[in-house]
Amino acid sequence: MTVRNKRLYLEDLTVSFDGFKALNKLTLYVEPGEMLCIIGPNGAGKTTMMDVITGKTRPDSGTAWFGDGINLLQLSEPEIVAAGIGRKFQKPTVFEQLTVFENLELALAGCRSFLKTLRARITAAQHRRIDEVLDIIGLWEHRESLGRILAHGQKQWLEIGMLLMQNPELLLVDEPVAGMTPHEIERTSELLLSLAGEHSVVVVEHDMAFVRSIAKRVTVLHEGSVIAEGDMDKVQNDPKVIEVYLGV
Amino acid sequence: MNGGKQEPGLWSRTTLVARKGDGRFDRGSKWFLAALALVAIAVPILNQAVPASSPFHLSAFGITLIGKYLCYGMLALAVDLIWGYCGILSLGHAAFFSLGGYAMGMYLMRQIGPRGVYGDPILPDFMVFLNYKSLPWFWYGFNHFVFALLMMLLVPALLALVFGWFAFRSRVTGVYFSIITQALTYALMLAFFRNNMGFGGNNGFTDFKDILGFDLHSDRTHVVLLVITAIALAASYVACRAIVESRAGRVVLAIRDAESRTRFLGYPVESFKLWLFVFSGIVAGIAGALYVPQIGIINPSEFAPINSIEAVIWVAVGGRGTLYGAVVGAILVNYAKTYLTGAFPEVWLYALGALFVLVTLLLPRGIVGLLPASGRRRSGGKINERMEMQTPSDVAIEKVNVKE
Repeated sequence: MTVRNKRLYLEDLTVSFDGFKALNKLTLYVEPGEMLCIIGPNGAGKTTMMDVITGKTRPDSGTAWFGDGINLLQLSEPEIVAAGIGRKFQKPTVFEQLTVFENLELALAGCRSFLKTLRARITAAQHRRIDEVLDIIGLWEHRESLGRILAHGQKQWLEIGMLLMQNPELLLVDEPVAGMTPHEIERTSELLLSLAGEHSVVVVEHDMAFVRSIAKRVTVLHEGSVIAEGDMDKVQNDPKVIEVYLGV
Repeated sequence: MNGGKQEPGLWSRTTLVARKGDGRFDRGSKWFLAALALVAIAVPILNQAVPASSPFHLSAFGITLIGKYLCYGMLALAVDLIWGYCGILSLGHAAFFSLGGYAMGMYLMRQIGPRGVYGDPILPDFMVFLNYKSLPWFWYGFNHFVFALLMMLLVPALLALVFGWFAFRSRVTGVYFSIITQALTYALMLAFFRNNMGFGGNNGFTDFKDILGFDLHSDRTHVVLLVITAIALAASYVACRAIVESRAGRVVLAIRDAESRTRFLGYPVESFKLWLFVFSGIVAGIAGALYVPQIGIINPSEFAPINSIEAVIWVAVGGRGTLYGAVVGAILVNYAKTYLTGAFPEVWLYALGALFVLVTLLLPRGIVGLLPASGRRRSGGKINERMEMQTPSDVAIEKVNVKE
């Protein structure tokens, strides 16, 4: 393939489950440092697409490249995480009996065996990285709080912070604002916008107001393919999109 | 300390400030270790220096009792390490305790030599009685203390390794794990009851004479054994505390609370469980090895499923997830058992059951949960400080800010 300096290339991806095509020749690119929002009605293939990128589902045909050198279809799930793709699932799971600081500590890259963690000490650089992430996710004041006393929104931010500890080049974020208060939604959009630039961020979301507030580029999926692409205004005025999704 | 955004450039000027509190003990641990030291000092004095006529004299019976409680405390510690911190409820920990005890018992039997009832220089009495012609191969080497000591550690460790490897690899968790550990200890009990296993059948081992040449009938030997037990308990405690306070300990807590999330972060969950289980088995084995010379007997009833369940009750009563709570629970429940089985023998099992129900309902954090500021493992405000130290230019910046 030719080098085009994109962060992620998905080309002609097809996935079928018992004849139902969850993805139908999906082609989509993510630019380095870009914030891309993906919207689409239920069953449009958003989650399946995330599953293919993270190695959970294998496509029937098509290609998926991470940058210009890594073929995602040949890597296992942990290898894809190590290559620099982090995924935040819909439901936040943080370690409830550990402090915010300790949650981030466990997410640090490196050191995974029992004997190594037995002797592991936080280095100055690692401590700085944790402090940095605490600032980014706005939980510096709560660094000593146990995970279980955090509010729903704070748990989501902590989980994003745990992804950041591994310094992923591409962040996949699944419905980050579901169940959040308006104030939390506002903070979350600030957080995600601050991440774009350094990381490529792909957000799947239903909340239109939220998508409008963060997205420069929106991609609309329908029945496993891209039907429209562009800024929010362009997409919202696209007759095909109005027909299948906005339903006006 | 500023809580806001740091300018990236500032980090290049920061220097390391060590995390406070590393390597030091929390208050509960200090009290616990101090109390153990007190026992190790007071018992020899009260027994050896205080005359037998004084009401403060500690009898041989008293020493044995305290020594027994300390051994049970060690078993409880082993149970708490895996149950309280990793959520693995083993209902078979008495198996490791008993195997350690049997290894010690085999050494003590070989020490008897020709002083047995039948006077055989090699074969223990029960083998002569059962018409053994020669010593079974697995008894070789047990006349050497160092070899026996090695077996006291290795045999429980090996059982924990093999059993744990199969169980954790197959992702056996929760109540299913508890049930197969019950089956494990029950199977071992039935095996050890058989005469032709070569471990003395239902009589087990008894009538020990001496250990390393020291007479097991003298108070002095028992005092020394008790002090060694206290030291072993303190050492196990410190080792367990070091594990749970390390990053490995935090991974273990993470496994307890969200196993698949921990796996998703890349930690090999099964291997963490296995290491912890093997270590716990070794601690239980040492406890059993120290128990046998003090009590003077080991037989298959030590493997009984009820023993393992009782150990879990001690931990629940004392307060799980604290380590010292487990030891406190073991000592208090066993003291109650000693008293009640003497005063009202038929009441004991009901009292034990009632105790377990009441503690579960009213004191979910156990007895030590009643103490102020205990319960949650905490090593002090070690992460309150940012990794930064003021440099002259920072101070200058602050002064400017103050002027504004």
